[in-house]
Amino acid sequence: MKIHEYQGKELFRRYGVPVPQGIAVTTADEARAAAEKLIAATGVPVVVVKSQIHAGGRGKGQVHKGTEVVGRGVEVVKGGPDAARDAASRMLGGRLVTIQTGPEGQIVRTVFVEQGMNIARELYLGMLVDRDTRRVVVMASTEGGMDIEHVAEHTPEKILKAWIDPTTGFMPFQARQLGFALGLSKDQVAKFSALVSGLYELFVKEDCSLVEVNPLVVTGDGAVMALDAKVNFDDNADFRHKNWEELRDVAEEDPRELEAKKTGLSFVSLDGNIGCLVNGAGLAMATMDIIAHCGGTPANFLDVGGGATEEAVTKAFTMILSDPEVKGIFVNIFGGIMKCDVIAQGVINATRALGLKVPLVVRLEGTNVVEGRQLLADSGLAITPASSMLDGAQKICGLVSGRK
Amino acid sequence: MAILVDSNTRLLVQGITGKFGSFHAKQMLAYGTKVVGGVTPGAGGTTFENSVPVFNTVGEAVKQSGANASVIFVPPPGAADAILEAADAGVSLIVCITEGVPVMDMVKVRRALEHRLNKDLTLVGPNCPGVITPGQCKIGIMPGHIHKVGPIGVVSRSGTLTYEAVGQLSALGIGQSSCVGIGGDPVNGMDFIDVLKLFNDDPQTEGVIMIGEIGGGAEERAAAWVKANMKKPVAGFIAGTTAPPGKRMGHAGAVISGGKGRAIDKIEAFEAAGIKVAPTPAQMAETLKSMMG
Repeated sequence: MKIHEYQGKELFRRYGVPVPQGIAVTTADEARAAAEKLIAATGVPVVVVKSQIHAGGRGKGQVHKGTEVVGRGVEVVKGGPDAARDAASRMLGGRLVTIQTGPEGQIVRTVFVEQGMNIARELYLGMLVDRDTRRVVVMASTEGGMDIEHVAEHTPEKILKAWIDPTTGFMPFQARQLGFALGLSKDQVAKFSALVSGLYELFVKEDCSLVEVNPLVVTGDGAVMALDAKVNFDDNADFRHKNWEELRDVAEEDPRELEAKKTGLSFVSLDGNIGCLVNGAGLAMATMDIIAHCGGTPANFLDVGGGATEEAVTKAFTMILSDPEVKGIFVNIFGGIMKCDVIAQGVINATRALGLKVPLVVRLEGTNVVEGRQLLADSGLAITPASSMLDGAQKICGLVSGRK
Repeated sequence: MAILVDSNTRLLVQGITGKFGSFHAKQMLAYGTKVVGGVTPGAGGTTFENSVPVFNTVGEAVKQSGANASVIFVPPPGAADAILEAADAGVSLIVCITEGVPVMDMVKVRRALEHRLNKDLTLVGPNCPGVITPGQCKIGIMPGHIHKVGPIGVVSRSGTLTYEAVGQLSALGIGQSSCVGIGGDPVNGMDFIDVLKLFNDDPQTEGVIMIGEIGGGAEERAAAWVKANMKKPVAGFIAGTTAPPGKRMGHAGAVISGGKGRAIDKIEAFEAAGIKVAPTPAQMAETLKSMMG
């Protein structure tokens, strides 16, 4: 789960990680008032107005309104409160297109107005679970403000790493190793050490999967501060973080993926036209692959899970049937725990309610397969049975391309 | 022979009275697995299915039943605790089926068991279908009836793709020595190499199917190990060639991030190591068969 920069910075503040003063707003007039307040409080005449969307690359991204490009995703404003209002009004309601959003972009609904900082150095700091060492790794680099994946690919030696032992936490010696290698002064290393310790505490207590600060800055007067905040949570830990629902911005998420999640289904929207209903994540991915192998394009990843009920399967199939892009459907089940007759009944229920306007190929294997096949055969629905997943993929791809 | 489990495995079921745990405990009993005890705090002193004694703690269960393995069906909030309780009680094999364990919990579990894993203790999972040695012992949630005794080892990050491979093998008349689902989480117990080592040394196993997926670098490391050490033919498949970057595909660990964990790189690593990659997931068994002459 992703949250916005302003929410991440609120968390940072709670864990003692220094961040500039800022106010999140949803209208241009509020942005003006926020700028006025910040300028009065800090004595700094400069503010930064930042679009709040979940995707990265906002600074270089362009805000579109209609067919026009009206500005950038982040603006440094030197002209006082009125200029801050104008900047916010350019962003709000626009579509911000960045390297991470795809060409359709994301609508800007909130902007974060922040005090301007006097920046001496820009660094990079990131934290995530390293699957190879099974520990949290801290990554730091002098190449702040850059696309860190680009740095990792072209100059991996510029990324410094330290692995954190969960029994001790982040140690001062690790801060010294990283800090001096980054070229920080003794005084700055102490501040850096406190900042990373705070971030690690946040990472563990808030069950993060990623915390990224790009850039981490050294200011003109020697303070070390997080100028950006990217925080992702580990979805598996949502049972112990009731507050996550308040942080969730549903406008930023795919409505169908959210709907599926509520039913206990795992769903990802894709660009193609063959809807898939599968049990198991691996088989669901493999089904997408085999459709592509046969010349088709999958419309979704959908894992109904091992213990799905008839209701969940009905819901899943309804989601696929109601997608206007879907020109054909492939149900691919290897029932272990999942019983084939439950799947068949769910498919029949949804189809009876919505009608079947596209070809449907069903491959059933495993537990209660005979009952499942019988249910489908007796349903009177126009279903093409398949004997294997390859047979099924070939049939659905053939049927869909034949209809074009 | 086979690996990890056999007819001498004496199994405990942690979470035996839950919906999921009780269903699968019955399935395992029906398969012939020696389920010698169950654990549910507060249900100690009762009996499951008129034959399996239930205990309050794993420690007590091990003492009373002589169990040497434990399977965990405890829900995510208690799963890490359940693993550590089983480790503390002295079983030598822990299989954690639970899906949805927080990653930081598994980071702590790995650290706590660091000096024991793959020495006197083996952890499989979490978020896995379990381990089966056909005809002898089934620990987990896989459909027992699709398996057949034979010479092929199967190791996989995905449950249903394991069943797919097993189904294909059995349809060709080829049985399995043991099948191990290592699970779809980013931090877990046994990885591919740990399982491959056992298959390499197992006289019953003559060939292996290894099924990977997008995310992480475990397949690449396994490929390098195969190239240097494996004495038996290995066929493989990688799921997720068509998965978009940055999206979690069901499994917590199945996500391409920062250009790492792509299917194409894993397939190349497999091929460079002499692992024959099935062109489609429907051809895993025939791909291995073609290597075995």
